[in-house]
Order: sequence, then C-alpha cells, then structure tokens
Amino acid sequence: MTPIDRVRLLQLMESEAAQVVDVLPAGEYQESHLPAAINIPLRELTPVRTSVLSTVKPVVVYCHDGL
Amino acid sequence: MSPRAACRLEALGFTAVYDYVDGIADWKATGLPTEGTAEPKQRVADATRPDVPTCRPDETVVEVKSRAHDHGWDTCVVVDCDGIVVGRIRSPAWDVEGDVSVAELMEPGPTTVRPDGLLRPLIHRMQKRDTAHVLVTTSQGALIGVLVREEGERVLAGEPPQQIWRDCDGCPGRWASTP
Repeated sequence: MTPIDRVRLLQLMESEAAQVVDVLPAGEYQESHLPAAINIPLRELTPVRTSVLSTVKPVVVYCHDGL
Repeated sequence: MSPRAACRLEALGFTAVYDYVDGIADWKATGLPTEGTAEPKQRVADATRPDVPTCRPDETVVEVKSRAHDHGWDTCVVVDCDGIVVGRIRSPAWDVEGDVSVAELMEPGPTTVRPDGLLRPLIHRMQKRDTAHVLVTTSQGALIGVLVREEGERVLAGEPPQQIWRDCDGCPGRWASTP
C-alpha cells in the first residue's frame, strides 16, 4: 500500500484511470464524496463487494482524514 | 480507517493500492468539487480572486508598489519560495522611500481563511469589522487568492463568480473563467 497526497491522486485519476473507493459509511458517502468515487464501507470490503473493481487498474482508498 | 481498507484490499489480491491519507477533508479544504446530496452552499472559493499580486520578502518596497499598482491593487501578498503566505504589504507602507525591503515593513502573519468555508457568515464578519478583503490559503498556508468583500457580496446576491477553481492534471487545481 502506498500513501499518496492530493497531487498524486489527481495524477492517478487523470492518467491511469484510478478507481477511487470511499470507505466511509454509506450515509456519509451519500452526503458528500469525491467525483466518480464508489462506496464500499470498510466493513463491507469482501470478495463479493470488491468484485466490481478491476484488478488491473490502480485502486485509491480514502476516508475522512485517514483516522 | 483508510489504511486498514488498503491493507484489506491487498489481502484480497489487489496489487496497486494507494491510500489518500488526508482524505476528503483535505480535498474539500482545497475547494475541489464533490458529489453528493449535501445542500450546495456558497463557499469562499466561489468569490475568491486569484489575481492578487505577490512578492518576496527580499524585494524592495518601491518595486513591489509599482507592480501592485500596475495591476490595480493596493495590496501585495508576501510569499516564501514555496508560495506560503508570510505577510502582506499595503498602504501606508508604500510611502517609504529608498531601498527598504518588504520584510522590514510587511504585516506578518495576516489572517487567512480556507476556500471551503461558508461564504455568507464570513462576509457578515467582514462587514461587522469593516474588512475589505481576506487572504485565502490551503490548510498548508499556500496562497490561493483573495476574497474581496464586494465580490463576495455580489456572489451572495446571486451573481455568478468571475472565476472558479478547477482540478487539473498534475497539480492541486487551477483557476478558470466561468462561461
């Protein structure tokens, strides 16, 4: 796992079509999330839920502020 | 939370996993757009002007005064080599003569606000204190622009902002003119 900042995130989104995953609870995701992010809450990171993600493209996860 | 999520994804077989450690709080603090059902409200970024002149502390006041006035400003923001705000210089400092440096006359540590703050309460505070403008920076202190109170009042009255903050490839964002 590689920690990244906002600049690197924008690069990954633009040039490598990174998949952005919001791991916050669904209610918080519905209220506000990064453009095009999908929601898979931390507790739901199962093989079934993550099957929608490509294993070839980069995956970027985020929450509120890392805590 | 996100470090645990990243580890979980790696355990599930994903090989290129990144953790945006500063999260959505950092994204919003830079004024970048979000999606969702939260009620859209006017933010400081909606009325922030990016065209304020800047200078370095080691420049002379005479040079800086000329640059600021040429661009129609009575204020110049003092930044370090990383673009971090360290001060502000404005009247009556312009009246000095000779090779006086900006560092000697600048106002250090001016008040700054973040671009994702709500616009209306800030404009109300500026009206109460008769403040004409306030500097807008990232949470790390890098200059984004200046909120001019009159511009903020126009935006609150329903006029579209002149420029908006957009993301771009390889940088935190850039200003772009509205259509």
